[in-house]
Order: sequence, then structure tokens, then C-alpha cells
Amino acid sequence: MTTNKNKMKKYIIQSIRLTLVLIVLLCVLYPISIALAGRFSKGNGGGEKITKNGKVIGYALLGQSFTKPEYFWGRPSAVGYNAAGSAGSNKGPSNPDYLKEVSNRIDTLLKYNPTIKKADIPADMVTASGSGLDPNISEQGAIIQIKRIAAYRKIDERKVTELVVENTSKPFLGLFGPSAVNVLKLNLALDEIISKK
Amino acid sequence: MNTEFLGIIATFLLTLVIAIPLGKYLAKVFAGEKVWTDFLKPLETGIYKLSGINPKEQMNWKQHLKVLLLINTVWIVYGFFVLLYQDKLPFNPDGNPGMTPDLAFNTIISFVANCNLQHYSGETGVSYLTQQYVLMFLQFVSAATGIAAAVVLFKAFRDKTTTNLGNFWEVFVKSITRLLLPLSIVMALILTFNGTPASYEGKDHFISMQGDTVHVSRGPAAQLIAIKHLGTNGGGYFGANSAHPFENPSYFTNMVEMIAQTIIPIAMVICFGYFIRRRKLGWTIFGVMTIGVLLLMIPTLTSELGGNSAIAKMGISQATGAMEGKEVRFGPTATAYWSTLTTVISTGSVNGMHDSTMPLTGAWQLLAMMINGFYGGCGVGILNYFIYLIIAVFISGLMVGRTPEFLGHKVEAREIKIAALITLLSPFLILVGTALSAHLFTHYGNAAWAVQPKTWLNNPNFHGFSEMLYEMTSSNANNGSGFEGLGDNNSFWNISTGIVIFLGRFLPIIGPVAIAGLLAQKKYIPESAGTLKVDTKTFALMTFAVIIVLNALSYFPALALGPLAEYFTMLK
Repeated sequence: MTTNKNKMKKYIIQSIRLTLVLIVLLCVLYPISIALAGRFSKGNGGGEKITKNGKVIGYALLGQSFTKPEYFWGRPSAVGYNAAGSAGSNKGPSNPDYLKEVSNRIDTLLKYNPTIKKADIPADMVTASGSGLDPNISEQGAIIQIKRIAAYRKIDERKVTELVVENTSKPFLGLFGPSAVNVLKLNLALDEIISKK
Repeated sequence: MNTEFLGIIATFLLTLVIAIPLGKYLAKVFAGEKVWTDFLKPLETGIYKLSGINPKEQMNWKQHLKVLLLINTVWIVYGFFVLLYQDKLPFNPDGNPGMTPDLAFNTIISFVANCNLQHYSGETGVSYLTQQYVLMFLQFVSAATGIAAAVVLFKAFRDKTTTNLGNFWEVFVKSITRLLLPLSIVMALILTFNGTPASYEGKDHFISMQGDTVHVSRGPAAQLIAIKHLGTNGGGYFGANSAHPFENPSYFTNMVEMIAQTIIPIAMVICFGYFIRRRKLGWTIFGVMTIGVLLLMIPTLTSELGGNSAIAKMGISQATGAMEGKEVRFGPTATAYWSTLTTVISTGSVNGMHDSTMPLTGAWQLLAMMINGFYGGCGVGILNYFIYLIIAVFISGLMVGRTPEFLGHKVEAREIKIAALITLLSPFLILVGTALSAHLFTHYGNAAWAVQPKTWLNNPNFHGFSEMLYEMTSSNANNGSGFEGLGDNNSFWNISTGIVIFLGRFLPIIGPVAIAGLLAQKKYIPESAGTLKVDTKTFALMTFAVIIVLNALSYFPALALGPLAEYFTMLK
């Protein structure tokens, strides 16, 4: 019996000591070395920032809210592009309130882009993303907005189309996954044409 | 062929290319044979010395379980108090509050159990200290616990008759030093150099192009995200998990994360075959599991790529598939692929919101977690599958009228009782848990609780029921994904799922290890003409049938009330 008790005591002490040793290895040495290596990455391990005239206007990876008609719009977001509280809508596919919301989004798009047809609207433009911070829209999502942007900014449609093409990323290695348009970079490029004029 | 499909095919092939050699490597590591990572021996010796461990000391199956449970208890006590008082401890640059006791209970059980169900949100619910010193720490050690438990079972079938099943500490430490930590370093670096934050800087803010002030949560995320996948944990750094652009910046990182969460579960199966010197058995199990995964994945792809029929009626284009809750950079194909992997394996990380997937997709996700043995979690996947094997051996034995045998050991009443209890545990926890919550929701909706049950659900009708069923299923499977619309941070859900996670973790570890330990003590019966061969196609089919029948009988009614009912409603 006493040997059993002693063994138990030994196991408990081993458990505590091993836990402490592993905390040093896994929670101090490992993450700090990665953080140090991260200083050599774009954005120095704090997330790559995008600046305009010396001011930070966003993070390269994070989508932001665009509602003005002279900008390309991003996807609907369940959290209003709150980068300190990411989330999706978590609406189920048959939820009637949700379907009403989607239908309203379609109407808004048609109102601001009167030349497009319903069948041209891609699903990503009327559904909320998983993170609420999706930086991308599909190519089709950008194409349906070209006429509106050109009209509001009084620039040639062809020029806007060129910008969309320039800001569309190809599939990974040209082979894997979808292509996508980065809305923030596209809008920055748009603003640049105006300031050049 | 379209690039989205090419993407998942390439991902799957790359997974196998990495996992199979990894399995062979692990078999050598656990057998103590020479491997190229032996240069890490001094590190291990140092760890043993500092912890007062003699790695040569042999343990029987009871001692293994004893130390496993003891060290897990130490982690529960440690983590619970740190989570509770994180607001008073350092490394909390965003000033996040301490957890309530029920939330701390749920969170600590969930992370110790490798489940990683999260009733808090990473941005607002934890500090940098708890992210790293509690949650990431547990992601390493809970995965290593699962692997070490599986290796006890492997050892039991390596020798003919034995009670010496190796040293728990040795396998546990080696799982970290030879597998989890090196792979995590590589993966964390890949993530960091593709945009995931890794530094300790606190929240940032900027003025957006349209003039809004935006706050940005950051922190040492890459380190945690690496082990979150490799260890099949799934608990994300940010609230939106791997849908968050920081947590999963590109299609490339998405491939890396999908591969990372699959390699160890597959490697463990291959390792089993090589370790017990019955390679064919390993490959047979791998075959059954892979067919199971494909049978869940193909209909998931069909259902997601078909889009939402209710939205199709509005006349817009769903050319690539359903997009609610998904990210454009991954697309519906890779998101559907991920949703199958993360539910068959007990990762539970998500790159798109499961609550918004199509009804049938939800059914496949649920079924994958109910089965919980196709690849399965780090180590525990093969333990769960072992229970199915024992049941299949027993039923086959009854069919031919002989005492059932498994790898040269008689399977008798005691072992079958344990296997039966473990088999019954899952439906008991899932169905009783769901029934209880549904009862509270319908009958006590206005109860004077801090959060009234009637406000729990984010979606009405059948889908609402699915939210509750999903939460209980995910807890029992130690999966950790959720139909996140469920309002789950309140005493009822925190306590009930905490209990389900705890039982759903430790009993399915104790059961198989005990069966293996008991079998290994018995006299070895050499193979004869009358021996049931467990590495044949016929027996593989038998196991598959057992898995399907057991799960269909247990769960069909619940699935019919939730996702299937929603599916048929939408057909109208």
C-alpha cells in the first residue's frame, strides 16, 4: 500500500515538473523564436500595412467597408468589417429573415448598377463572408460594378476594366483555387488615377 | 478541369505523400530504432532529467492510464485558474476581462480534451498570456496525450504476450520533440512569411479609405495556428478561426492548413501497421477510412457546389457554389473539402461557417463527427476505430460460431463489455444532451436565467434544432467546430458541453487502452486455418458495415429531425 502511495506521489511530482519544463520549451522558446523570425517578414510579423501619402489606410489582408458609389464595394459583412471582432452571419440556408436580407441586397445592387441583369450578380456580392473581413470579391463581382464606377468618376470604362484585370490575382501557381479581386488595392488604384489627372 | 477541383486533388495527394513516410518514421521513433532526428536525444534527456523521469521504467496499462489522467488533472487545475484571473496577469495588451467560472470550466476542459470548442472569441475573450501559456500549450500536450495513448495500444499488439507496455512519459515527450514541435516550427514560419501575425504587438487602429476608424486585433497567432492544425485541435486565434484573413491568408496557406490537420491521423494508421509488423492490417484500415472519408466528401461537394436553392430562385448566379459564410480566396470547393476533413478528423477548425452550409452538408458534417473514426483525431482516431474493430471481431465470431480472436488473443466477455459501453456512450451523450437542450428551449424558454433559453438559437425551425444537435455532437466527438449561431456562452451550454467533452474524451481513451492491455496479458494463440483474419477485404467490409449500422441505428432519428427535415422543406 505504501509503495502504491509513493508511486502516486512520484507520478504527481513528475507531472508537475514535466509541465513546467514543457511550458518553457513550448510557450517561451518556441513562440519567441518564431516572433523573432517574423521580424523579417513583410509587416515585421505584425501584419502587412498599406499606406497612402505616408498614412496607414489599412492592412493588406483585411477587407474594409466600402459603401460610397464611387468605390468598388466588397462583400456584405456580418460584423461591418470590424477587425477586432471577426465573425460570419451564421444564418442557415432556409432562414426566412436571411433570405429577405439577400433579396434586399440584390435590389440595392440593381438600384446602383441599373445596367446589369439579375443573372449577372454573383453569389459572393449578396452573401456575408465567413470572417466578415473578406478582402476579395470574385471577378464577376467587380465586372458588374465597372459601369457605375466609370460613370461616378467620369473616367473611361476601359480604364476601369484594366484596373480590375490588374488587381485580379490568378489561381495559386496558375493551377489551384479560384481567382479573386482585392477590393482595397483596386480602390487605391482608382484613387490614384484621379489624383494623377 | 477547373482550378478549384485541381486544388483539392493536389491537396489530397500531397497529404498522402507526406503522411505515409511520416507514419513509417513514427513507427521507428516509437520502437526506439535509429532515425535521422536522433540528434534531438540530448534535448529529451534534458527534459527527463529536469522532470525526474526514468524513460526506461516499464509501465502496465493501468499505470499508463494513471499517469495520463494525473497529468491531465494538473493541466485542468493550472489552466482553470489562469483563465479565471487572466485580467490580473501580465501579457494582456488589449485589456480583456477574466473568464467567468463556467466559461473557464468549459474552455479548460475543451482544450485539455483536444476538443477546442470555443465559447469565447479570440479577440475579446483571452489575453496573449492565456492564448500561449494555456491554450497553445494544451494544443501541444493534448495531441501528445492522444498519440501516447495510441502507442500503448500499439505496444500491446507488438509482442505476443506482455504486460510491459513501455513508458508513457517517453512516448509523450517524443511525440512533442520528434513530431509536433518540429512540424509546428516549419508551419509557423510558412504562415508568418505569408502574412499571419507572429509578434506580441497589441491592438492597432487606422483610418480606412472611407474615413472609418478600424481597430485591428493581432498578436502571436502563427505559432498557435500551426499546432492547432497539426495537433488536430482546431481552436483558432481569432473568432472567425481559419476564415480570418490573418489566420489563413491565401489559397496556399489554406492548402498547408488542410494538409497539416490530416497528416498525423493518417500517419498514425500507417504507423500502427508498421509498428506491430502487420503492414497489411495498417493499409486495410487506411483503405476503409479513406473510402469512408470519400463517401462523406463527395456528397458534401455536390451539395455545396449546387448552391442554395432558395437563393437560386431569386435569379442570381451561384456559378461556383453556395457563398454564405465562405471566403472568396478559398471558394466553395476547398471549403467543402475542408468541412469534411475537419469533421472526420477531430480538428474542428473551419475556413467557412458551418452554420450557413446547405442542409445536407450539415448532415454529412454531423455524421462524420458521430462516426469519429475515419482518420480521426491525433491518436484518438485509431483508438475509436479499434472499438469498431473489436465489435466487428465479436460479431464475426458469433456468425461463424467461434470464440472471437484479435491478433492472436481471445476476445472475451470483459473486453466486449468495455467495447459495448464505449459504443453506447456517444449516442447517450449526444442524444440525451440534445434532448435536454431542446426540452429547455421549448418548455422553459422564458426561464429567468441570465440568457433565456428562447434566445439561444440564431435560426428558426429545423435548423435551430440542428444547431443544438451539432453542439452536442461536436462536444462528444471532441471536434470543437460549431454551428456558431448558437448562443453558447452561458451556464447551461458551458457546463453541459464541458461534461460531455470530458466524458467523450477520457472514456474512449480508457476503454481501448484497457481492452488492449487485457488482451496483451492473455496467452498468444498461433494463427491456424480457423483464425479470423482481420487484414482481409472481407473483414474490412465487415468493419465498414458495423460502423454504418451502429451509427445509422443510433443517429438517424436525430438527423431526420434536423438537417434532413430542413432539406425536404427546402425542396418544396
